[in-house]
Amino acid sequence: MPLIRSMRNIGHRTVDTIWRVGFAARFFVLILLNSGMSFRRFHLTVKELFFTGVMSLIIILVAGLFVGVVLGLQGYETLKSYGSESALGTLVALSLVRELGPVLAALLFASRAGSAMTAEIGLMKATEQIAAMEMMAVNPIARVVAPRFWAGVISMPLLAAMFSAVGVFGGYLVGVVFIGVDEGSFWSQMQSSVDFQHDIMNGVLKSFVFGIAVTVISLFEGFDAPPTAEGVSGATTRTVVQSSVVVLLLDVVLTAIMFRGI
Amino acid sequence: MERTALDLWVGAFVLAGMAALAILAFKVGNLSSYNVSESYQLKANFTNIGGLKPTAGVRSAGVLIGRVTEIKLDADRYEAEVTMSIDKRYQFPKDTLISILTSGLLGEQYIGLKPGADDEMLKDKDVIKQSRSAMVLEDLIGQFVAGKAESAH
Repeated sequence: MPLIRSMRNIGHRTVDTIWRVGFAARFFVLILLNSGMSFRRFHLTVKELFFTGVMSLIIILVAGLFVGVVLGLQGYETLKSYGSESALGTLVALSLVRELGPVLAALLFASRAGSAMTAEIGLMKATEQIAAMEMMAVNPIARVVAPRFWAGVISMPLLAAMFSAVGVFGGYLVGVVFIGVDEGSFWSQMQSSVDFQHDIMNGVLKSFVFGIAVTVISLFEGFDAPPTAEGVSGATTRTVVQSSVVVLLLDVVLTAIMFRGI
Repeated sequence: MERTALDLWVGAFVLAGMAALAILAFKVGNLSSYNVSESYQLKANFTNIGGLKPTAGVRSAGVLIGRVTEIKLDADRYEAEVTMSIDKRYQFPKDTLISILTSGLLGEQYIGLKPGADDEMLKDKDVIKQSRSAMVLEDLIGQFVAGKAESAH
């Protein structure tokens, strides 16, 4: 019976998904409980900060500049028809600080650093390095996973802030330097409409939440990957796909909570 | 990679991130215009506040001197009660006229203070007596149409 088989299929997938979500949540708690070593031996975290943060820097800065330039061009085209080109600074800054900075930085972070984390941990598991650590009474969560988690959580807001800052510079470059929007009104309108607490701190909070989500997904997928070449490659793909979807979903929820038009 | 070089890179990364946040706060955001100087509270009642929102600016002669902190409905008089915090450096006479103005034709609304001539100054938590409500476009059009109809008779 194809009907029964497909129903069984749906049931299996549902149970599997719920099981994985629950397992990931327990994994997250386990990371938090085993975080002591990441701070006592801080050089472990520093090493991971180098790989997740510093190595993601170039792609974040370049992407931020491009996004800012495009926002400047498109925003100018639209605002021109209302005769309010001077609001270009507001448009560029608000879209970057509230939305594009945290979201795009998180998406890039997931594909640049998240996938690397998954592949690394998946391969450590496949080559039985994790099992070897357990044999030597070294807790792999505390030694391998937690430093990566904290490195991701620390670097994500910093990367998002850099993305936004470079993006605003890109918008300035295109709007003021090339097109010739008045520089004074560009900055003054921006400053009068971007609120530090309401816009900038909410953006930072968003990127912090995204950082937690992306690193937990990456580490969980790596730790949960079947110890084969196919398993690791599948886990890496799942990391990027799931992180992207979760980041966008969380963005909807957070935006709905933060900006209700009050 | 050597540990010192690693530390150096990560340190530079963290500093760059902090610098980006600082740029966002001061150059892009309004943290530089946040009042660190002391402020005092003033209140006023309006029959209609139009689209005035909390954090809207309070200006006198066009200069930003404070912000709206709270708007609520006075349930006894069915009037809007607006609370503002004003920079302590600026004092206003008791007969100051407070009005809700609009920047540009469709811009945001702000509060304008027009000082009177009284010798006594407003103190903390005082209520400004003379207030002029926001202009509501529909009312204006309604008055205009009514006026036209009357003059036609």
